[in-house]
Amino acid sequence: MSLTAAFYIVLSAIITNNYVLSKFLGICPFLGVSKKLDNAMGMSVAVIIVMVVATAVTWPIQTYLLDPNGIGYMQTIVFILVIAALVQMIEIFLKKYIPALHKALGIYLPLITTNCAVLGVCVLNIDNEYNFLQSILNSFGSGVGFTVAMFLFAGVRSKIETNDYPEAFKGIASTLVAASITSLCFLGFSGMLEKIFGM
Amino acid sequence: MKKSKLQILTNGIIKENPVLVLVLGTCPTLAISTQAINGIGMGACVLVVLTCSNIIISALKKIIPDTVRIPCYITVIATFVTIVQLVLKAYAPALDKALGVYIPLIVVNCIILGRAEAFANKNSVVDSALDGIGMGLGYTLTATVMACIRELIGSGTLFGATITANLFSPFTILIMAPGGFFVFGCLIALVNKLTKGKVKEKRVNKCLTCPGAEFCNEVQEGGCDK
Repeated sequence: MSLTAAFYIVLSAIITNNYVLSKFLGICPFLGVSKKLDNAMGMSVAVIIVMVVATAVTWPIQTYLLDPNGIGYMQTIVFILVIAALVQMIEIFLKKYIPALHKALGIYLPLITTNCAVLGVCVLNIDNEYNFLQSILNSFGSGVGFTVAMFLFAGVRSKIETNDYPEAFKGIASTLVAASITSLCFLGFSGMLEKIFGM
Repeated sequence: MKKSKLQILTNGIIKENPVLVLVLGTCPTLAISTQAINGIGMGACVLVVLTCSNIIISALKKIIPDTVRIPCYITVIATFVTIVQLVLKAYAPALDKALGVYIPLIVVNCIILGRAEAFANKNSVVDSALDGIGMGLGYTLTATVMACIRELIGSGTLFGATITANLFSPFTILIMAPGGFFVFGCLIALVNKLTKGKVKEKRVNKCLTCPGAEFCNEVQEGGCDK
């Protein structure tokens, strides 16, 4: 795989195919944890780590265990259990060896099991028929894309919070409209990478 | 006060509509609501998975140890999702293609785990089944309504039939990602307006968008900030 192709995968996962803003994966944490920049940071780092590790484990399972034995349809069950176990193991590992990091990320880790972006990226890697390296790059890019969306949105939210808007839009409704505008900005990037890399 | 069977059934459709009032399962709703037929398809899948998993979880509630209940629930839910996935692949390949990755993602849909945790593990099998059907219908209704709005304005059709050919040129933006967020936001605002803010109290402020809400016992007692 050429360097250009690698860049293309990472950048398109971050910008044009942003998981949150164009594929609607991981909306719950996106809306829930983006109120404060600190929390957004913790959640994002945890998501990047779990996405990459989960892909590194689920891709070989699908390719070398499920497919050759003709039980590819067990994908959903196997993947979600692997991810749940993995998150638990990462938590135990961090607690024992890197306590400082565990303190910062600890509360976000259990929540990631039910973050659809993690299961989504694992399944999409298989659906898109990426090889191992491409899958890892795609997961990393998706995690970074999640981070970018979280950060931008945390900024947008802190601005709208102080503004005056109709009573009916208070709370979640205004947050969704703000997400719509943020997503509109990302729409502007569509087709850009194809032009640059000539894909 | 014990709720009657009919109340349990209708609870999910209007009073505690999972999408518009409880704001659960946002991701698939936003993603698939570009065509009315997808809204119904996704709704039916959620209805089947939710009802079946509610029945099994409620039946097994005495056997499953409390400490490992979440992994057990996930396994039960994943089993039914796989069944639905295989049935769709065999009998409705077009729908399977349209819904794509969002079918396996029903596993992590907070509506299903949320109902297992909040209702099925406390109530009888019959009540849980009714709750599943009610919530599933509520989900289907909302997803379909949202999809109708987006399809009608975004591509000028309804269930694939051209409606607005000569009236206006379709606003394609509505069937794209930003339109999804926008229509959803407006629908919730409409619900707020119609109920005069009453539902807002039910959406226990912080817990509403907390990704851990489904594991959180405090949600049932009125939220962590009360």
